[in-house]
Amino acid sequence: MFGTGWNTVRGMPVGFWLLLVWLPAFVSPLYFHIAETERKCFIEEIPDETMVTGNYKVQLYDPRTNGFAPSSPGIGMHVEIRDPDDKIILSKVYSSEGKWTFTSHTPGEHVICLYSNSTKWFSGTQLRVHLDIQVGEHAIDYANVAQKEKLSELQLRVRQLLDQVEQITKEQNYQRYREERFRQTSESTNQRVLWWSLGQTCILVVMGAWQMRHLKSFFEAKKLV
Amino acid sequence: MMWPVGLRSGSKRWWGWSMALIWGWWCLSGWTLAVELTFELPDNAKECFYEVIEKGTESTLEFQVVTGGQYDVDVVLTDPRQAVLYKQVKKQYDSHTFTADITGEYQACFSNEFSTFSHKLVYIDFQVGDEAPLPGMGDHLTAMTQMETSSQEVHENLNAIIDYQTHHRLRETQGRKSGEYLNERVMIWSIFVTGAILIVGFGQVLVLKSFFSERKPVQLYGYN
Repeated sequence: MFGTGWNTVRGMPVGFWLLLVWLPAFVSPLYFHIAETERKCFIEEIPDETMVTGNYKVQLYDPRTNGFAPSSPGIGMHVEIRDPDDKIILSKVYSSEGKWTFTSHTPGEHVICLYSNSTKWFSGTQLRVHLDIQVGEHAIDYANVAQKEKLSELQLRVRQLLDQVEQITKEQNYQRYREERFRQTSESTNQRVLWWSLGQTCILVVMGAWQMRHLKSFFEAKKLV
Repeated sequence: MMWPVGLRSGSKRWWGWSMALIWGWWCLSGWTLAVELTFELPDNAKECFYEVIEKGTESTLEFQVVTGGQYDVDVVLTDPRQAVLYKQVKKQYDSHTFTADITGEYQACFSNEFSTFSHKLVYIDFQVGDEAPLPGMGDHLTAMTQMETSSQEVHENLNAIIDYQTHHRLRETQGRKSGEYLNERVMIWSIFVTGAILIVGFGQVLVLKSFFSERKPVQLYGYN
């Protein structure tokens, strides 16, 4: 990244300042380890029309230094996002560092799966994945908004409050939808218990009557009765 | 970031230190993180999440088991020296706030190793430091105006509302998933029991008939 012709480090003008500017693009400090062939999924239960942003960075385990290489450009990560109806919203391979965004169109559980595009059959080396997922108003970059729309501090604050209130409203709506689903499930259970109990009682009675009739005719045929 | 080719090991060490300094400066300049993740913990599995925390930062780890088994999980939070800061066995929900006393990698591990067949869905919220102020709001040298203070308060209250909504949603998800599971089980077991009734009913008749249908005539009065 800094060029192969760089021999000295003491005089560090360009690279140092580049780093200072570039570092804020780096992703979150939260990370976890997965095997190279392992698939890791996260579930986001969100209302509809909600934006979800994810940042990730992958590092490959380097056995020589017994640590993780600072950057591993060779690996790619496959990001697959499914909506509550199990339809694929996003399925793309990104490089070792990536940022993805999607907006939900149905409320419910969205599943975000990450796995490396390694072609090995059994688990190879360990991968360190830095991940940051932000939902709804947390996904909005207010610095960007302030700059683009030239908002003053108070205006920006009001915009933030508006976004938060909108998110709260969506969540309340979603809550109503979930509660209705729960009610439907409970009513369905009630129906099922009722009809199956009745059905089973009927079957028992009919079975008993049939048994008696059949055996009676059997014994009569055998001349035992 | 690639190491520049042709770097001597001594300069590499110096470079490493300057990187750590930059990283430290950047971390202290107020950028914080709150990550909420919901993940599946299969049976007999253990998942760990790591976070590099600066000394003196107040952090909160919150978790809740959403579905699965007895809704419990083992949690262990360790500091960079591998000392256990917080440990819970078979806990359903908790929130732990701690202040980092050294800078380094903190590890939060969730274990489902005690369970043989129920996989769990766990929600975690790892918040490091305070929420970053809005751009432009943080660097006030004068006191905030009434408007700014009020709007700040409204913002904090809305944060609390969103937080309560999340907790409510998680608790409600527990009930709802349990209800859906019950619904499925009622169906499966009803079919199974009906099948058993039919099989036993016909089976009884067949077995009884077979007692009376042997080749040898049945000795009704016994014989010596």
